[in-house]
Amino acid sequence: METAKSNDGHEGNGSISSGNGAGSAGVNAIVVHHLRKRFGRQVVLDGVNLDVPKDMITCIVGPSGGGKTVLLKHLNLLMRPDSGQIIIDGVDVTRLRTRQLNQVREKLGMLFQAGALFDSMTVFENVAFPLIEKTHLHEEEIEARVRETLKSVGLEGVEDKFPSELSGGMQKRAALARALVHRPKILMLDEPTTGLDPARTGAIHQLIRETQKNHGLTVVMVSHDVPAVFEICDRVGFIHHGKMRLYGSPQEVTSAHDEIFDRFLAGKAAGDGAELGPD
Amino acid sequence: MVLTDLIVDFGEFILDGIDALGKFILFLMNAAWFAIAPPYKPRLMIRQIRIIGAESFFLIVLVSAFTGMVLGLQGYNSLRRFGSEGALGTLVALTLVRELGPVLAALMIAARAGSAMAAELGSMQTTEQIDALTVMAINPVQYLVSPRLLAGIISFPLLTSVFDVIGIWGGYMVGVVLMGAPGSSYLSGIATYMTKHDIITGLYKSLVFGVVVTWVCCYKGYNAKRMATGVSRATTEAVVLSSVLILAWDYFMTAALF
Repeated sequence: METAKSNDGHEGNGSISSGNGAGSAGVNAIVVHHLRKRFGRQVVLDGVNLDVPKDMITCIVGPSGGGKTVLLKHLNLLMRPDSGQIIIDGVDVTRLRTRQLNQVREKLGMLFQAGALFDSMTVFENVAFPLIEKTHLHEEEIEARVRETLKSVGLEGVEDKFPSELSGGMQKRAALARALVHRPKILMLDEPTTGLDPARTGAIHQLIRETQKNHGLTVVMVSHDVPAVFEICDRVGFIHHGKMRLYGSPQEVTSAHDEIFDRFLAGKAAGDGAELGPD
Repeated sequence: MVLTDLIVDFGEFILDGIDALGKFILFLMNAAWFAIAPPYKPRLMIRQIRIIGAESFFLIVLVSAFTGMVLGLQGYNSLRRFGSEGALGTLVALTLVRELGPVLAALMIAARAGSAMAAELGSMQTTEQIDALTVMAINPVQYLVSPRLLAGIISFPLLTSVFDVIGIWGGYMVGVVLMGAPGSSYLSGIATYMTKHDIITGLYKSLVFGVVVTWVCCYKGYNAKRMATGVSRATTEAVVLSSVLILAWDYFMTAALF
């Protein structure tokens, strides 16, 4: 495993590997340089570097409090960093104004941890929402697109139900359909299997893999579901104490013999309080 | 050291207060700006007028009827001591139009629609639905707050007008029909002594209360903390702060306008 420097030239931290050489800006959907974020006196991201290769699934794992969710909130432009750079599809988004940020946001789809479906709307209305609000498509086109997307996530016949009437797994599928309906280039997933039983977890993982292939998407996923998630990932980043400690293919990361990662993988507390802080 | 810590704590308290006040005011400015900026979504505003206005209608009718009836009863008993029962209509109408109508209508709407507003936005905040709007490149303030602000500005004066009319009718039913005050002087007193200024300033008050209630309730809900008690705390704070601000603003506006 290569360490400490990615192919586009930025220095990594800890034992970063650039994996199979997907480091150049041309083949990366997202590039993160030295990202720093603190809340009060607590440093949550401490100079994170990350390359997210196009058309692959990159999974960020790590203990609670390590900074993975905060990193994802920077990637989906919900938070602004204190310093550092985030380049999405060739655009440095860290200095953009709201109008320009919204143009970048239209390339993104996001599946939130609890789905974040609008509970006052039916499944159909939820999935149609981005199209109604952000496009000029005709009603018939919207209906066709919504039904096609719901079918692609294996969710037919529930269009008129409200989110509260669906099971956890169905809610995730509906939320995934809403994230996909406007045909984004990049899909971000925040712990997509939280609260699901092992059977549904496997089904959602399979769906993510199929969706990535069928739609030709770049996927960034935050997950604590190790090692199960390694089966669908092309790249894994292990974030710990606000630093990207390991990065590479699942095989490279699991064979890196990093003591902290091995303890995390074995489900043991790191003993350093990382799991006590905010994510 | 103890003194230094006290000074630091006091300084942080002052800075936090200024920060919170700044955010509170900026929130209203944002909502007001996006209320007039495109894209325009009238259906969102109409939906909120239904929720804030139409669904509060029967509550307002009920409260205003009883308020007018109490005013008619108390006013008749008090005025009879001076042999001035003929002034009952003027007393009831001016009390309602200038003061009780705008204030009680605003308090009732804050309790019913304001609390629902804070709870709904709070729930959306805690379940990341507001973040979902942002990620979809939809401005959550423009989508959620501005329509409510406009709906408040439209609904409050309308409901206050209803409150005034029903209240005056309630006063008539008790004072004139039940207690026997002279009906002709009840109505002619209103026509003679109530001016356009009384009506306009009363409605102006209700318009300001419409802004205050929607502003406070949306702000509290929008900024609800993502914890178990986040929504309930936001709702309680929204109703309490709205009520206090209604009464405080009422005093200052009364002092300035009358």
